[in-house]
This record gives sequence, C-alpha cells and structure tokens, in this order.
Amino acid sequence: MRSRLFLVVALALAIGLATAVSPFASSSPDGLERVAGDKAFVGQGELAPVQEDAPVPHYAFPGVANPRVATGLAGFVGTVLVFAAGYGIAVVANRRPVQRATP
Amino acid sequence: MHIPDGFLSTEVAVACAVPAAAAVSVGLSRANVDLDERRVPLLGVTAAFVFAAQMLNFPVAGGTSGHFLGAALAAILLGPWLACLVLAVVLLVQAFVFADGGITALGANVLNMGVIGALLVGGLMVGARALIGRGRTALLAVSAAGAWLAVMAGATTTSVELALSGTVPLGTVLPAMLGVHALIGIGEAVITVAAVSAVVATRPDLVGGVAPPRAEPVPVPAG
Repeated sequence: MRSRLFLVVALALAIGLATAVSPFASSSPDGLERVAGDKAFVGQGELAPVQEDAPVPHYAFPGVANPRVATGLAGFVGTVLVFAAGYGIAVVANRRPVQRATP
Repeated sequence: MHIPDGFLSTEVAVACAVPAAAAVSVGLSRANVDLDERRVPLLGVTAAFVFAAQMLNFPVAGGTSGHFLGAALAAILLGPWLACLVLAVVLLVQAFVFADGGITALGANVLNMGVIGALLVGGLMVGARALIGRGRTALLAVSAAGAWLAVMAGATTTSVELALSGTVPLGTVLPAMLGVHALIGIGEAVITVAAVSAVVATRPDLVGGVAPPRAEPVPVPAG
C-alpha cells in the first residue's frame, strides 16, 4: 500500500512538473546546441523524414495558440506516454515464473 | 545534449547504435532478475520523472541552458542495466513523438545520455560499497559525484563522436563541451541528490543502491 502511494505521488510530481513548470523553463539553447552554434556546425542538423510529421514537434502541442499551454500539454502527454511505455515494457520483461512459497 | 540527425557520419552512428542496443537488451533480459514485483511500476515512474525533468531547462551561463539527463538517478534506483532501458524509452519517445534527437543518432544519444553514465554510476556504486559501505552517506556521495561525472562523460563521448564524424575537430569541440557541461553537471548533481534523498527518506527499500533487491526478506503482505 505504501509502495503504491509513493509511486502515485512520484508520478503525480513528474506530471505536475512537466505540465505546470516546463512552460517556464529556460528556452536558451542547451549545452550541445550552444556549442554547435558557436562552432558553426548547428546548420548540419536535420529532421529525419519520420520526424517531419512528429505528433508533437518540439514540445509544442499542435493547434494550441498559447505557447505556454502548448508546452504544458506536450509535457503532460509525454510524461503519461513515457510512464505507460516504461511500465508496459517492465511488465512484459518481468514475466518470470511467479515464486510463491507454498503455504 | 540530444544529437540531431546530420551531425554524425553513418559509420559513427552505427558504431554507437550497436553497444547502445546491446546494453538495452541486457537491461531487457535482466528485468526479471533486477525487478521484483514491487519495483516493476518504479521503472515506469522513473522514466516519467526523467522525461519530465529533462523538460526543465535551467539557465547556466551566458544565454545557455542545461537540462537533467537522469542516467545517474535511474542507475541508483534501478541498477545500471535497467537505467539503460529507462533512458532508451525516454529518448525513443522524445525522438519519435517530439522530434527531439535524431533517429539515426538515437543509438548515440542512448549511449551518451544513458549507457555511459549508467555504467559509470553502477561502477561507482560497487566501488563505494567496498570502500565506504552501504549507508546513506555513501549513496548520496555517489549520487552527487556520479551525476556530475555522468554528464561530463556524456559530453566527452558526444564530442568524440562529432570529431570522428568529421563534423568538428576534437580540439575545438571537447573543451567547449566540457566547459559548459561542468556547470550543467552541477544541476544534474543537485537534482539527483534531491531525488535520491527523497526516495531514501520515504521508501529506502526501493533504492537498488542501498541494498540488493533480495538481500533482506521481503515483508510478507504482498497484496
């Protein structure tokens, strides 16, 4: 029970951070982007064809005019999606025979 | 630190994808050894937290930002191999859903932001257990030092990959990458220590680094 409570709180924290705090995160280039700009190779970056129609390009939820709301929605969707993917993979990969002590 | 497509040569991209895929498949095959039932959801929650925290870019110096990577945190909570799996899930979703980080560069990104840091921190945990024991202090020391070193190691491998691809000379890119990531690594260390402290304070049994998962008898009521 405590285990579940802890995990629910931690997941809620992650979703809350991604939804409510990420719109206010720094929009400056990150370390690699900055170095790529300074050293003049940033122009070599390109999008893979499959990324041209990525569902939520660059953390901006499509069709939402307010950029902060668009980012927050992207954070919400992404965090839920990553949780589901991680949990699903863990469940599938953990299909070991159940070790149950005979009563 | 997400490398987009176009920065790496095909040879370098493949040479990174092979060890990255190998580490992730070790993670997949170890999941039923390293994860007891209680910790299965922890993998999903850790991945979610890493994704969320990666969105929170913090300013470092002169118009530059940094963001959390999470390999050290995941390695401390789940062990190094499952940490590779966690980072692969995060980076896969980022690349395909958010167009963040390249597709052909995915292996390199998993290597730089996941595998390298996770294995480094895994090694540090083994060393710290032998030298200073399993206590809370040892764990937090590994969290701080491991987080910073994981960022610096990732910045180094990223630089080497860019140089081997002929994108930029190593002597140009490496000092620049290490300079900015020395600061970003401090942010990584602060977040990692805060998160590990919170888990240790509330649910120490969930931390892989405190004790091996099945070293102590599991309290019976499993339901």
